[in-house]
Amino acid sequence: MASTATSNQKTIDPETAEQYRHWLRQMLLIRHFEEKAGEAYSLGKIGGFCHLYIGQEAVAVGSMASLRPDDYMTTSYREHGQALARGIPARAVMAELFGKAAGTSKGKGGSMHLFDASLGFLGGHGIVGGHIPLSTGMAFAAKYNNTDQVAVCYFGEAAVNQGAFHEALNMAALWKLPCIYICENNRYGMGTALERASAIYDISERACSYDMANEVVDGQEMLAVKAAMDRAVERARKDKHPTLLEIRTYRFMGHSMSDPIHGHYRTKEEVEEHRKRDPITLWSKHVIENGVMTSEAIKAMDAEVLAEVEDAYKFAEEAPDPAPEELYIDVYAPGEN
Amino acid sequence: MTVITYRDALNQALREEMHRDPKVFLMGEEVGVYQGAYKVSRGLLDEFGPMRVVDTPITELGFAGVGVGAAMVGLRPVIEMMTFNFALLAMDQVINSAAKLRYMSGGQVGVPMVVRGPGGAALQLGSQHSQALEAHYAHIPGLKVVMPATPADAKGLLKSAIRDDNPVIFIEGEMLYNLKGEVPDGEYTIPIGVADIKREGSDVTLICHSKTVSVALKAAELLAAENISAEVVDLRTIRPLDTDAVLASVRKTHRCVVVEEGWPFAGVGAQVVDTIQREIFDELDAPVIRVTGADVPMPYNKALERAAKADANKTVLAVKKVMYLE
Repeated sequence: MASTATSNQKTIDPETAEQYRHWLRQMLLIRHFEEKAGEAYSLGKIGGFCHLYIGQEAVAVGSMASLRPDDYMTTSYREHGQALARGIPARAVMAELFGKAAGTSKGKGGSMHLFDASLGFLGGHGIVGGHIPLSTGMAFAAKYNNTDQVAVCYFGEAAVNQGAFHEALNMAALWKLPCIYICENNRYGMGTALERASAIYDISERACSYDMANEVVDGQEMLAVKAAMDRAVERARKDKHPTLLEIRTYRFMGHSMSDPIHGHYRTKEEVEEHRKRDPITLWSKHVIENGVMTSEAIKAMDAEVLAEVEDAYKFAEEAPDPAPEELYIDVYAPGEN
Repeated sequence: MTVITYRDALNQALREEMHRDPKVFLMGEEVGVYQGAYKVSRGLLDEFGPMRVVDTPITELGFAGVGVGAAMVGLRPVIEMMTFNFALLAMDQVINSAAKLRYMSGGQVGVPMVVRGPGGAALQLGSQHSQALEAHYAHIPGLKVVMPATPADAKGLLKSAIRDDNPVIFIEGEMLYNLKGEVPDGEYTIPIGVADIKREGSDVTLICHSKTVSVALKAAELLAAENISAEVVDLRTIRPLDTDAVLASVRKTHRCVVVEEGWPFAGVGAQVVDTIQREIFDELDAPVIRVTGADVPMPYNKALERAAKADANKTVLAVKKVMYLE
């Protein structure tokens, strides 16, 4: 498993230091945003399904850090973290969770369908594995248009048993498409542990069927994710080869808000053991040890992020609902509804 | 006007649109080297190269999804399904992705994609290769469903489908590829959502689409011999349905039979009948009757297969019922 997070280097250049602070801020934003979303869900302000990203923050932040503004990405329905890491404002994400007109999808998508086409963030998709061929198609378009854009696809480990995963990876390898498949292996597909669903334990090995580059990555270590993603992006952008990254992480919360943190399928002890490797704690430690921030500075940043999340919450709560006529808008192209 | 086959009309439409717009590409099984399972794409690989005429593995869900993804970022894919029987494997991509992305992204992402290929009952191909599935697609908001019955309509409608900014399901008649007909010379398109009167009449309206247009025309001939004047309305597009054309014809004839290859339960004809009874109930001189495929999987045996299909004789009988002649 690649790990560069234990580096002892003490001299961090100002640009890198700024990046380190930015990444910490993003991780804190995701954590506090999700905590607030959970609270809002419990109060009935968010409806439907709500899948939280707590525990997996380093995966979204570390992988997005390697991308360019013109790259494309799709994700599964556990995507608040990726949306925030890509730079969609917390206000717009929270407003979408609240179903408001100011949301990323005008309140018509909800928690599972966040979009910002201007950032190449092409959806939160709700069918497990169904969006994997879509990213392959975006990578096909990059090749077709002869650009050096890359397409990224985030999905959970349970998606790799779907036919869509295999069909998409086969074509990406066959046609040499610049696509990066990020399997966020958080150990559970809903309540089914990986080893109860997959005949092989190392998901990265599935790439071997398609002669595709692959790597197992420690998803709790910010720099490990970033480094693996840098390699995958280089491979896609320069060599036009796809990659499967199996990023091992852990979901600290239940599958969705209706699922308790532990119970039938995993023990309290297991969750507590994994919580010892909280990605934010690990990254904070690294940032402090390398002299980039003091713990006081981190506390101040944390307070600032909390204020941003409170602002997003207030914004979402006060924002208007979509107008009734929105019901029939955007079913077909403009002018055709 | 030039007389060409339905197959060649489709081929011309593809070729012309690929010349017109470099973002249009064709993808599917056997579309390139093999020249198309039904030869609709004959010559296109040589003309446009492998980046624009893309042979795929047998992976309908996969390449339909690739088409959706490419369309989301600005290309205009034409996804060929070798037959619509196989397109069932791609249903998730068509229904959950293509049809919904514009709406659930708040209008940010469109899917200008055509999914095309043959559909409908064939000849002794058995249950899995011989079925009419248009009602499934027509059920879905966000999709358009187009089903041409003649070479001229096939060409003009396919060009419109490729230029459309929405996902269009374009179902070609598997039994129509060799059908010959006059096609206008030069550039033309036919708008989606507009029905066409294939034969004028005054006593009864026959509503049909795709293969059943020829069934209805044959029935109209048989009826003419008995001094019954049937008007044949070819829907051409199932969704959006040309309600105005249907109602105008029934207002004229006051009697209607709907003829389709699909199954009776929740079929296209059910929607047509619903529209007629709701909008112009008082104009009807008889209940509308539907002629459909039998409510069974398609059998292989020739006689059983014939019994399962909508045909001209069944249509004539239905017309006599709505005219109270039987």
